[in-house]
Amino acid sequence: MARLAETRRETGTARTLVFDVPGWPGHLAGQHVDVRLTAPDGYAAQRSYSLSAPDRVELTVQRIPDGEVSPYLTDVLGVGDPVEIRGPVGGWFVWRPGAGPDVLLIAGGSGIAPLMAMVRARRLAGSGTRFRLVYSTRTPGDVFYADELRRPEPGLDVTHVYTRAAPDGWPRPPGRLTVDDLGDGPPDRDCFVCGPTGFVESAADMLLARGHDPRRIKTERFG
Amino acid sequence: MGIVSPGFHGRRRESAVQLPPGQYLTEDFPVLSAGPTPRIPEEEWEFTVTTETGRQHRWTWRELLDLPFETPRVDIHCVTKWSKLGTDWQGVSLDVLLADVETAADFALVSSYGGYTTNLPLEDLLDGKAWIVYRYGGEELAPEHGGPVRLLVPHLYFWKSAKWLRGIDLLTENEPGFWETAGYHDYGDPWREQRYQGD
Repeated sequence: MARLAETRRETGTARTLVFDVPGWPGHLAGQHVDVRLTAPDGYAAQRSYSLSAPDRVELTVQRIPDGEVSPYLTDVLGVGDPVEIRGPVGGWFVWRPGAGPDVLLIAGGSGIAPLMAMVRARRLAGSGTRFRLVYSTRTPGDVFYADELRRPEPGLDVTHVYTRAAPDGWPRPPGRLTVDDLGDGPPDRDCFVCGPTGFVESAADMLLARGHDPRRIKTERFG
Repeated sequence: MGIVSPGFHGRRRESAVQLPPGQYLTEDFPVLSAGPTPRIPEEEWEFTVTTETGRQHRWTWRELLDLPFETPRVDIHCVTKWSKLGTDWQGVSLDVLLADVETAADFALVSSYGGYTTNLPLEDLLDGKAWIVYRYGGEELAPEHGGPVRLLVPHLYFWKSAKWLRGIDLLTENEPGFWETAGYHDYGDPWREQRYQGD
């Protein structure tokens, strides 16, 4: 059983929830949990959410207007309230700190959550692995973890791609992710792509077209 | 019953449809896969059944299309919690494909183009319970849904219905596949909510 310990507002529609979970066994960056909500009459609903931090049980939940679980988590659940959490789950879409090869992270919208866990795991471990994060959102106001991603960090290169509206003077006109947004790094990197299905399909196809090894492209899709 | 979440009432389904525990209904067709979508031209596609003695049986795309097909309408259940009702497929029953395959094996390890694998008891592929399908909703099966050919085993969680089907190894001993070695349940019965190891 988890208890909500603190929350942070990420955007107008997304909230980060930090839970205290007695006996939590720890997890790897990229893993997820199942959240189960139970009504007083026993009716239950459950959904999966990626863990967005490597050290604490932290979830960033994007409110889906007609959703059943996310509006409760973003608007109703209060500090101290209990929630049933199961996990960690998933052993494939994970990054382990170490002297591995360069890493390319490609996030679409709230697909940033598990990739942020990897960015934070790298920092926490003092890893020298070079990371490049390409993060696509509709507008600058949709960026999760905006302050944290703005802070310079050696070996971490962050590129924002805006699809609807960019800040004034932004060098790239708003539009969908293109192969040019991926930079010119070598194709022998480990790639993690997370976001809505169409986004992941097209990003993964771009990586293949650029000669990346399909076995080193890990994907996670939602919606 | 779990811990009650204060202020949670949920959104009950209006229909009387019975879903497996923990599932919710979806109308669209989510895509879930662990890597990029493989694109296999039909003329290069080939399906192999290999028995425990090493004997191989092969079918090309043309040979598959020449086999008698069925049009199962089935409900499907994904371990990520969505269920989709009344999906329409066209394909060949595994009973047809395995009819002339001599085997004493009890297990099957299914493999895909792209390297994915999943395991299941052989009996779960027989007796009208499984098909290899190449059409969905009256259309060619799209690559992101496993085209040109995927497995369809609707009575188990959908990760057992391997996309981009390439072959089946018949084995005398169980050999866990991709998700099964990553913490997911070995069998995956949605009605018993066998999501993860230990369920």
